[in-house]
Amino acid sequence: MDNQLIAWLLAAAQTALFVGAAPLLAGWTKRVKCHMQNRAAPAVWQPYRDLAKLFRKELVIAENASWLFRATPYVVFSAMLLAAAAIPLVAVDLPTGAIADVIVLVGFFALARFFTALAGMDIGTAFGGMGASREMTIAALAEPAMLMAVFTLSMTAASTNLSAAMGYVLDTGLVLRPSFLFALLGIAMVAVAETGRIPVDNPATHLELTMIHEAMVLEYSGRHLALIEWAGQIKLMIYAVLVVNIFWPWGIAREFTMEALGLGVAAAAAKLMLAMVILVVWETVLAKMRIFRVPEFLGFAFVLSLLGMLTHVVLETGG
Amino acid sequence: MHILFLAYAALILSLGSALGAFAPLRRAGFPLLGAAGLAAVAAGGWALLGNVTAVATLPLGLPWLAWHVRLDPLAGFFLLLIGVLVVAASLYAPAYQRGLEHGRSVGTLAPLRIATAVFVAGMYLVALADDAYAFMIAWELMSVSSYVLVVFEHEEPANRRAGFLYLLMAHVGALAILLAFGVLAGFGGGFTFDAMRAAALSPLWATVAFLLALVGFGMKAGIVPLHAWLPEAHPAAPSHISALMSGAMIKMGIYGIVRVSYDLVGQIQWQWGIVLLLAGTASALFGVLYALMQHDLKRLLAYHSIENIGIILMGLGLSMIFLGTGHPVLGTLGLVAALYHTLNHALFKGLLFLGAGAVLHRTHERDLERLGGLIGRMPFTALFFLVGCVAISALPPFNGFVSEWLTFQAALQAPALANGVLRAVIPLTAAVLALAAALAAACFVKAYGVAFLGRARSRHAERAREVPSGMLWAMGLLAGLCLLLGVLPTLVIEALSPVTHLLVGQSLSSASARGWLWLTPVSPQVASYSAPFVAVAIAVVYGVGYWYFKRRAKPVRRAYAWDCGFGALNARMQYTSTAFSQPIRRVFAPAWKLEEHVEAAREPGVLGRARSLHYRVHALDWTWLKGYVPIGALVLAAARRIGRIQTGSIHTYLVYSFVTLLLFLWIIS
Repeated sequence: MDNQLIAWLLAAAQTALFVGAAPLLAGWTKRVKCHMQNRAAPAVWQPYRDLAKLFRKELVIAENASWLFRATPYVVFSAMLLAAAAIPLVAVDLPTGAIADVIVLVGFFALARFFTALAGMDIGTAFGGMGASREMTIAALAEPAMLMAVFTLSMTAASTNLSAAMGYVLDTGLVLRPSFLFALLGIAMVAVAETGRIPVDNPATHLELTMIHEAMVLEYSGRHLALIEWAGQIKLMIYAVLVVNIFWPWGIAREFTMEALGLGVAAAAAKLMLAMVILVVWETVLAKMRIFRVPEFLGFAFVLSLLGMLTHVVLETGG
Repeated sequence: MHILFLAYAALILSLGSALGAFAPLRRAGFPLLGAAGLAAVAAGGWALLGNVTAVATLPLGLPWLAWHVRLDPLAGFFLLLIGVLVVAASLYAPAYQRGLEHGRSVGTLAPLRIATAVFVAGMYLVALADDAYAFMIAWELMSVSSYVLVVFEHEEPANRRAGFLYLLMAHVGALAILLAFGVLAGFGGGFTFDAMRAAALSPLWATVAFLLALVGFGMKAGIVPLHAWLPEAHPAAPSHISALMSGAMIKMGIYGIVRVSYDLVGQIQWQWGIVLLLAGTASALFGVLYALMQHDLKRLLAYHSIENIGIILMGLGLSMIFLGTGHPVLGTLGLVAALYHTLNHALFKGLLFLGAGAVLHRTHERDLERLGGLIGRMPFTALFFLVGCVAISALPPFNGFVSEWLTFQAALQAPALANGVLRAVIPLTAAVLALAAALAAACFVKAYGVAFLGRARSRHAERAREVPSGMLWAMGLLAGLCLLLGVLPTLVIEALSPVTHLLVGQSLSSASARGWLWLTPVSPQVASYSAPFVAVAIAVVYGVGYWYFKRRAKPVRRAYAWDCGFGALNARMQYTSTAFSQPIRRVFAPAWKLEEHVEAAREPGVLGRARSLHYRVHALDWTWLKGYVPIGALVLAAARRIGRIQTGSIHTYLVYSFVTLLLFLWIIS
């Protein structure tokens, strides 16, 4: 019983760490990006300051906004919170990991997206509708690619539970699996599209016509905007953790001792920082693509994931 | 009390509700219908939860073939499903019919009431029938009475056309069902289902019976490409009837497929599963792609019924593949997913049709392009419709998500199969399911966003007000059930265990291996989902956030929306339904035959600016153009050829009779 309690406490602590560290990861990304592009960089703490400022600010909402518009930030944030709770960041086999497997995780993202898109349409401006329409189209194309990659992983590990999948990779050691490589590429491309990064969307854009995600949340202000921005930072971190911890779970704590957990935190931080550097390089060398090129991008991600699945079926099980 | 008395009570009460057609008893009609629904819920719930099977013979039917009825857990499950929708419809209908009475003489509603009564009784009897004869009678009662309901508003030529198509296809389907029963009865030596169960069929004849049943019942369920009647007929009927048709009647097609293949034939072959899986995948994708192109709210919902029938069939197909290859537990998982989705679809599609009816009732509009901003004027309808949208888009923690998740879990167990092709194809179909689910979410963002959010696009929408409380109760009931079934999946799966015991001799006991809080379909190590936890977490975050900011934050200021500095925004500047689906239309262009109409009025002169521009796009159905139209032309051409013997002269006809007589005598002798 005591063990149970400790596990739940650890799970809560991990979730808090996850949610608390997400703005830091965003700050790190921005800093690296600025250095890479020879610009003066803000401090890594800047996202915290921005969030704190937004939380304090007055709320200005459009005159015809409905209750749905005001409820959406909370729904979006709680979906991301749940997703963050379910993902092993520093330790596997925590009780919150059983709340959701990978498919439920995709469901949480879909829930957040659904409400954000509705909020975009609530005011009745063209931008909101445009953002909603584009976001839902891109999501529709990203979801099969994502699930195909997930299927490849879960077929290998015989589980869709993230803890179990990571445990499987840890147990079997570093075997060069072509299916994993394909799935990794597929999931990374989906992650880029889903978190609204270049080349699919530009998180820093200020031109409404090129916006996708930003167009939907254009009308948000104050604490609503803070919750949505924070949720966006958590989402970026979720995808980063998914990629690094599924494909390189080494360092993650398998028992709940101080040393193991400390190592887990350090490993997670190092891996995430590295992953973000790769993302920044990718974002710096690529230009944003036209919206109707995105289906090709995501189609390629799907094909990669499909190849991963087929190589698994053909090569790795000897069927 | 005997359980069958409850079922008889449901039948008699629903028939009795026809009394509402007669002026002195007008008020009695809907309470009787509601009581019939409650009786069906009670009988079905008893049979399902109590795991009771009762059989009886009714003093009806032919002298040598009395009607057999049987209430087992499977029939009980479907009885329960119909009953819930009938209760909702009976709450909803009184206020809704007042809208229909508008501009008609009082007596004209009598056919609607009588046909509704027969329709509901027919559906009950389909579930209860235990011999082919009673089944076919019930099936025809259901089909013909629903035809009357489809053409109820026969002033519209489109409704008459829809009704004819429906009647035609219902009878082609009935013919296939009759032939399927014929095969079974031929081997079983009797028309009772008991005789058919005992029949020893060769695998070939079993497949023939299965395929005939699939065509016949698939025609009713709306499997692509047998779906052509569905998007025409469902929107044509009054909305509570649409809810019953889409929620309950097409499920009788699923019931038929399950009853014939699992119960009557019994020896499931995995090849059948492939047929169902592929047909289901095609239906799911096709349904959602065509739904996206609709801007008539009820037509959009009708196409989504095709999608959801596809998802149900995918579950059934996976179940058959696993059962046929000797994996009974996984087969049970697929079956549970399919049955769960059947129930879920009944609830949320019923809810959505009732919501569409509420919009229609107050605005007289079904066209999305003329709606908008209803969330402010019809707040409860908007809330319930939102629940339906979230549920059908398969988002946690609502019910649609659970059943689609179970379908995914069943598909992910493909590595258990020995066949390499199947192992590769099943995940592909699951990817298509993911695509369909994501497109469905896009479609419901469109439907809800255009109809309920934004600004009103017409005067009717601007002046709408909330519907009467009876209609709200009906929608609220279904919305509450959508949430309940989404949050407590383990209890639902436990309640389904008598059905799976009956059909495959197994139950999915692993689903609640870690208690009711955790849904673990295969085992806790493989996958788990805790719906109660999710629901509570969302509620807590909302509650804490609301409470915290309520006390501490500054008051909210209302201001104009961002208009880029160009001045006031108006309703015409919003995204329309057509605009919303434009990127999808472009990405999946080959899926439809698109007809675009552009009407532009220009100022005179070469450089004259456009004064007005109207753009309309119409998505034509490929199966209709490439399948139904050629077949129709073929039938007409054949009829014309045969028509030549019809000369109009009595002498020729006498010669025909004589020759026919001679022919028969020659055959007999």
